[in-house]
This record gives sequence, structure tokens and C-alpha cells, in this order.
Amino acid sequence: MLPSTLFSGIDPGWVALLSPELASRAQFGWTISVHIIFASLSIGLAPFIIYFTWKDVRTDDERFARLRSFWVKVFAVGFVMGTVTGIPMSFQFGTNFPQFSAVAGELIGGPLAFEAKMAFFLEAVFLGVLLYGRERVRDGTYVLSSVLVGVGAWLSGFWILIVNAWMQTPRGYEMVSRNGMEVARLTDPSAAFLTPRMPWMYVHMINASLIAVALLVAGVSAYIVWKTRESAAWNTALKLAVVILLVTAPVQAVHGDAYARHVEDTQPQKFAAMEAHYETDEADLHLLAFPSEVDALTDPRAENLVTVSLPRVGSFLASGGDFDAEVTGLNEYEENPPVALVFWSFRAMVGLGFLFIALALWGGYLTYGGRLSDSDRYLKAMVAASPLGYAALLTGWYVTEIGRQPWVIQGELRTGEAVSSTLTGAEATLTLAAFVVVYVGLVTTALYVLKWLIQDELRALGVNEPSGDRWRGPLPEVSDDD
Amino acid sequence: MTESLLPVDAYLVASLPEIWFAAVMFALGMYVVLDGFDFGIGMLYATRTTEHERETFLAAFGPVWDANEVWLIAFATMLLAAFPRVYSALLADHNLLAIGLVFALLFRGLGPELREQRDDERWERYCDYAFVGGSATAPLLFGMLAGRWAFDVATLSLPALLTGVDLVAVSIVTGAAFLAAKSDPDVASELRGYGTAATLAYLGGTVALLASVVATDAGGAAEAIRSPLAVAVVALSIAAGLAGTVLARRGAYRAWLASALTLPALLSVLLALLLYPTLYPSTGLSVRGAVVSPLALNLVTVLGFPVLLLVLWYFKFLYGVFSGPVDAEGYGS
Ligand code: HDD
Ligand code: HEM
Ligand code: HEM
Repeated sequence: MLPSTLFSGIDPGWVALLSPELASRAQFGWTISVHIIFASLSIGLAPFIIYFTWKDVRTDDERFARLRSFWVKVFAVGFVMGTVTGIPMSFQFGTNFPQFSAVAGELIGGPLAFEAKMAFFLEAVFLGVLLYGRERVRDGTYVLSSVLVGVGAWLSGFWILIVNAWMQTPRGYEMVSRNGMEVARLTDPSAAFLTPRMPWMYVHMINASLIAVALLVAGVSAYIVWKTRESAAWNTALKLAVVILLVTAPVQAVHGDAYARHVEDTQPQKFAAMEAHYETDEADLHLLAFPSEVDALTDPRAENLVTVSLPRVGSFLASGGDFDAEVTGLNEYEENPPVALVFWSFRAMVGLGFLFIALALWGGYLTYGGRLSDSDRYLKAMVAASPLGYAALLTGWYVTEIGRQPWVIQGELRTGEAVSSTLTGAEATLTLAAFVVVYVGLVTTALYVLKWLIQDELRALGVNEPSGDRWRGPLPEVSDDD
Repeated sequence: MTESLLPVDAYLVASLPEIWFAAVMFALGMYVVLDGFDFGIGMLYATRTTEHERETFLAAFGPVWDANEVWLIAFATMLLAAFPRVYSALLADHNLLAIGLVFALLFRGLGPELREQRDDERWERYCDYAFVGGSATAPLLFGMLAGRWAFDVATLSLPALLTGVDLVAVSIVTGAAFLAAKSDPDVASELRGYGTAATLAYLGGTVALLASVVATDAGGAAEAIRSPLAVAVVALSIAAGLAGTVLARRGAYRAWLASALTLPALLSVLLALLLYPTLYPSTGLSVRGAVVSPLALNLVTVLGFPVLLLVLWYFKFLYGVFSGPVDAEGYGS
């Protein structure tokens, strides 16, 4: 298998069927990309829900009743989508990557089981109360339910990221032979759970979810404000989202910068791929990079790029202060991840990160002048930016996961070895195709639901939609004949 | 630090692997019992013709199904945590069944949630198909998977299919009893009919299943089925099933529900009896052979069991909040 070619798993003579390995990887990557959208929606929206619920119960302010009711609906739909896409995630550890589960079971099984028992139950049980129990529990219990739903979401992230962080920087285990198989045996639980990567990942991921949801809330609010102008509730929501962005967006950039240094310490090969750094020598920092020819898209190398670079600042950053430090280059390794995907994903995330800072500052400036809801340009910009938080969140994950290739457990188990040996190309391709079709339908439906909720809200606010027959718009494709 | 707190080379108690086998089977039982009646609600939903009745069924299902479904993940992840090789082999060997199951669960979960998002007849019909189809397919596939697991047979074999059908039938029994206990008398007496038919189908199916396994000695389970304990469990199921039909006829719906819920619970006990001491017959993996090392198991015990008790406690709270009758508006105040 050639390194760094994107589609190396496809056997040219057999284009119709993917190899079990390629199909499994594509399936895992695709399904988790969809899952993470809904999971981070829950994580990021939870604080909003708690705040709106608390305000609604405590103050009887109509604004918060409105916002609570709207965003709880979004949360409920997102939660169900998160649940139904989450179950396939756990199953794929067995159906597609059984060797991974067998080798790492002792290390990952515990956290995954804690996730189910401490987080999923909590979230699901108290969401039931939050959605259907307003009249059946006391106010205090009701607010507490919203808090517990949020705690559940944040705990899910905690336990699942323990697993992922362990895969990046595995610790606290030894390899032993059991029943004729080399498996990881847990030797030190605290080292295995609190790996060096874990705190970085948790902070960055939670903050990313807050950013993504703040942008979503800002986008929806901006749209409604733009349509209605004087809706007090939605002006409040917009302002709140801008304030949250003002805090989280700069934090993410500062944190991400330090995070990159940690990655270079622990996964030098991934860091080299992030910077397309081939020779082991001093590294420049490419602030901006543009392809000067088409080749650079698939094979980013210095000679194919037009870059705005700070000479040797890469060394400075990676080493924490030494301009002449050597940075390990990709040529040192026999097999590399698909450099282009990692390199461009990283650029996309960082670029978007700076865009969010700019949007936050602009919004802060307008708020300060009391003109936040008057600036059409800003409102439109925020509507356009509403999906971009998710784009940054996904591309960031592609850096992390694709940059780790060819390893599934860094330095210990190769992805190719983790794949099921009994899985056939036909089965793997079939399930991949099914997931693509169904999840495209799922995401489309989610977007339609959001649209309908916004239209309902506008109608409730007295805005007359140009087309009176709103309910008779085109039906989204429903990909089921179950 | 942990070394001083947790023994590294010995299980906290000598029988900890067996306790974990029991715990995993308990989680499976909780799933089959609780999500089972959700599946039953989904299938019985197809028999409702008026919007009012449909919304009543959905209102009964709404607040609890998601929490019930988490027991599936609890079962899967506990199996992974304690017996990783069984988890990986079981799912790898049943790739298509397992993926089929997650799709069925997906449609079942999304149907009701999406239905209420749009006031359009065609849309509601699609969502209803998803709900009913998913609710019928999920127990069928799950049962087939369990049949293959326990009896080491092909997917399209009599024991696997019968186990699937059995799970469908028992889900209808518990679904009907659950709804009957919450509905008005007219609906309840209709449900009684479905419940009785499903009970007889379930009991007949189970006897046929066990007979076919004994006849072919599938998975070497014949002997275990003839063991006194297994015979007792089957006898108890028959007694509970028949008692349930009598209670239903008398209109004692809550008592019917109690007896109905023992059926899937006993089915899980039977599965555990047939498996033990192996955990996955076709691979020969046994409880002792597949269990993780002492430190790992001690850790998940110490951290996990108290949490499991907490979970059971707030499940009780959830069902307490949503007890009593339900109508299309939901659980009244
Ligand atoms: C809203 C989303 C978002 C934004 C604006 C940023 N990130 Fe990020 N980043 C993520 C969302 C994200 C993430 C949630 O996707 C990742 C994947 C794994 C993780 O811990 O967070 C990530 C990973 C990640 C990694 C680690 C890759 C690995 O683990 O191998 C680094 C070095 C950075 N980021 C650096 C940055 C920098 C320098 C940013 C400057 C603005 C930045 N991120 C903004
Ligand atoms: C939520 C954000 C995540 C995203 C977007 C993501 C994305 C991806 C992608 C794109 C791949 C395929 C990489 C390739 O084959 O080139 C992958 C692989 C994988 N990821 Fe992640 N991942 C995420 C989180 C996780 C977590 C939390 C875990 C573990 C608990 C995990 C475990 C794995 C495994 C086992 C594979 C398959 C083996 C491999 O291809 O390396 N991922 N992921
Ligand atoms: C391979 C990796 C993953 C697996 C196996 C996995 C598994 C699951 C499962 C089984 C559920 C359904 C739980 C339920 O029924 O309530 C779920 C939901 C959830 N997952 Fe994941 N997940 C993965 C990745 C992630 C990541 C990376 C995050 C966030 C950092 C995350 C956060 C959540 C959250 C918050 C939920 C609750 C449902 C929701 O709020 O939408 N998951 N996940």
C-alpha cells in the first residue's frame, strides 16, 4: 500500500468493492463525523439550556420562555440523532475493528462502560423529565434536570475522550500474550485514564463545542432579528452568543497554539504532517499557505506552495523557544499519513479559528456601540458563519485522527491490523453505502427540522412568510423503506 | 497509588469473573425487558387508526424509551470491559445482523421524534412506517443474533429465526400489558386480545425452539436445556404467561404487567444458563478464558457498581414521575 495516496485501498481492478480496511475506515470516519455534530451540539447547547430554563423558571420573563422552548426542541431532536448515531459507533468497534477491541479492550472497555453508566443514563433519564415533566415535578427538580442533562453531555465527552487520548498517547499498560494473542494489559489506571493528551483534548473539544454552538445560536438569532428587528428574546440570544464567542474564540487560538507544541512532543510525525515538513531541520511557520499548482492540493510541499511564513518560528514553537531546534521531518518515517488531508485540514481549522475571533470582535464592537441588531452586514455575516464552527470542529478531528495514521493506537497497533479478518469487501462496502445513504437523509432531515422550527418561530412573532403554503414545501428525501 | 487501593494480581473476590458474567446478563435482561415493551408499543401502534390513540401511545413511549435503550449500550460496553474478546468476536461474526439492528433502532428512535415536527399527513405516515418497521425489525434481528450466539447456528436456521420471532412476540406481550395498565378500558380490552395471542405465540415458540435445539443439539446446548434449572425456568415462564392471560381477562392490568415483565426476564436467565460457563460457544471462549486481568476488572467493579446502583435508583425516579394513566396530551399533571 502506497503511503500518502488517498485512495490506496482501492484495488484498481475492483473499483466497485472497497477493501474491508478502506471501507471500514471510511465508514468509521463518516459515521463519527455525523455523530460528533450532534454530540457536540448537546455539549455546547447544554449551558444555554440550563441558563434559559433557570431564567424561565425564576423570572417568568417571556423572553426566556421563548428561547427555552425553541432551543429545547433543537436539543431534543439533536439528542435523538446523537443517540441513534452513537450506537453504531460502539458497535463498529466490534463489527469493523474487532482486533482493536480485543487488543485494547482492557484499556478502553472501562471508560466506555463508565460513559454508558455515568453519562448516557443520566442524560437520557433527565432529558425525559426535562421534555415531558414540566407539570409533574417541582420547579427545583425541573431546573436540576436541565443541569443533569448538561452534566451527562459533558461527562460523555470526558469518558470518550479518555479513550481517544489513550489512542494518541497510550500509557499505563503492558503488552502480554493471552490465548495466543498480544493484548494490552492495564497496569496503571490513573496513567491510562489521564494520559498526557487528555487534558488538552478535553479543554479544546469542550471549547470547540461551545464555539460551534455559539455560532449556530448567533446565526439563528441573527436571521430572526434580521426578519423581525425588534424581537427582544432573539436580541438577547444574539448578544449572549456574541459574548460567549468573545471569550471562547480567543481562548481556542491560544490553547490550540500550546496544544500544537504538545503534539510535536508526543506525536512528531503528526506534527510534521500538519506542517508538511519533510526534511529534518529547522522549520518555518507557515501562517498562510496557498497551492501554487494543482499538485499542491494532494501533495503539499514547500516548492508547490506560496506561503506567508515566519522563518524558523516553527522550530521556535515546537521547541518552546529555540529558533534553531530541529523538527523531525516526514522523510524519517517509512509510512506516513495522507499528508495533504492533514495539512489542509489543519489550515482550515486554524483559518476558521481566526475568522471566529474577527467575528467576535466585530460583534463586541457593535454591541459596545449598541448597534448589534442594526448592522445588516453583521447579521448576514453571522447567518453565513453559522455552520462554520462545525467545519472547524470536523477538520480539527481530521487532523487528529488522520494525522495518527498508519496507527490506530499510536506506536502500538496499526489500523490495518485492527480490521476484522472475517469481514468481506462486499459486506463492508454494503454497510458503508447504507450508512452514507441513511446519514445523508438524517442530516438533511435535521436541517429541515431546524428550518421548520425557525419558520414556526417567525410565524409566532408575526412575520408573514412570502409563501403562504409553508407546509407544502418539498418534502425532504426520507431514506427509509424499513 | 492505585496499587495500594486495588489488588493487582487477584480479583477482589474469587468469583468476580462470574459476578461480571451475571452483571452483563443483568444488563441484557434490563434491555430486553425495558426496551422490549417499547418495541411492543411500536408494533401495537400499527393497530391504532385514530390520531388520538396514536398520540396516546406515543405519549406513553416518549419520556422513557431513550433511557431504556441505554441498557443496550450498558450491556455492550460492560461486555467489552469485562470480556473484550467475546465482544469483538460476537460483533465481528454478526456484522450484518448487528448493523441491521442499529439501523432498525435508528428508524425506531427517529420516527416518533420527527413525526411531531411537521403537521403533514404524508410526513406523519413516513414517520409511522419508520417507527413501526424499526420496532418490529429490531427485536427480530436482536433475537436472531442471540440465537446464533447461544446455539452456534446459521442466520437462516430454525433456532435463530425462532429466537427472533420469540423476542418479537414477548415484546408485544409486555407492550400490550404496559399500555393496558395506562389506557382507558376500551383500548385496554383490545390490547388484552393482542397480548393473549402474543403470549400463546411466545410460549409455543419457546417450546418449539427448545425442542428443535434438543433435537439437533445445536451448539451443544441440549444438555443444558434438560438441566433441572433450565426446565424450572421454562416451567415458570409458562406459568407466568398463563397467569398473565387470566389476570388480563379479569382486568387486573397492573398485575398482568408484572407477570408479563417476568417473561423477558426469564428468557434472559435462560440464555445465561445455556451459555455458562462458556460465553461464546462457537469460539469456545469461556468466562474464565475471556475475562480481563484482575486489576482491570477490580477497577471497573469499584467504580462501576456503585454507579449502577445509582442508575437503578434514578430509573425508579423516572418511572415514578411518569406513572399512572396517559392520554394524547401526555401524562397529566
Ligand atoms: C471550533 C472548532 C475549533 C477551532 C476554532 C480550533 N480548533 Fe483546534 N481542534 C478542534 C477544534 C477547533 C477539534 C475539536 O476538532 C480538535 C480535534 C481533537 C481535539 O482535541 O480538538 C482540534 C485539534 C487541534 C490540535 C491537535 C491535533 C491533534 O490532536 O493531533 C491542534 C494542534 C489544534 N487543534 C490547534 C488549533 C489552533 C492553533 C487553533 C487556532 C485558532 C485551533 N485549533 C482552533
Ligand atoms: C469526534 C470526532 C472524531 C472524528 C471526526 C474522527 C474521525 C476519524 C476519521 C476520519 C477516521 C479515519 C482515519 C483514516 O482512516 O484515515 C477515524 C478513525 C478512527 N477513530 Fe476517530 N474520530 C473522532 C473521534 C474518535 C474517538 C472519540 C475515538 C475513540 C474512542 C475514535 C476512534 C477511532 C478509530 C478506532 C478509528 C479507526 C481506525 C483508524 O482508521 O485509525 N475516534 N476517526
Ligand atoms: C468512537 C467514538 C464514540 C462512540 C463509540 C460513541 C458512542 C455513543 C453512544 C453509544 C451514544 C448514545 C448514547 C445514548 O443512547 O444516549 C452516544 C451519544 C453521545 N456521544 Fe458519542 N460516541 C463516540 C464519540 C463521541 C465523541 C468524540 C463525543 C464528544 C466529545 C461524544 C459525545 C456524545 C454525547 C454528548 C452523546 C449524547 C447524545 C447526544 O447528546 O447527542 N461521542 N455516543
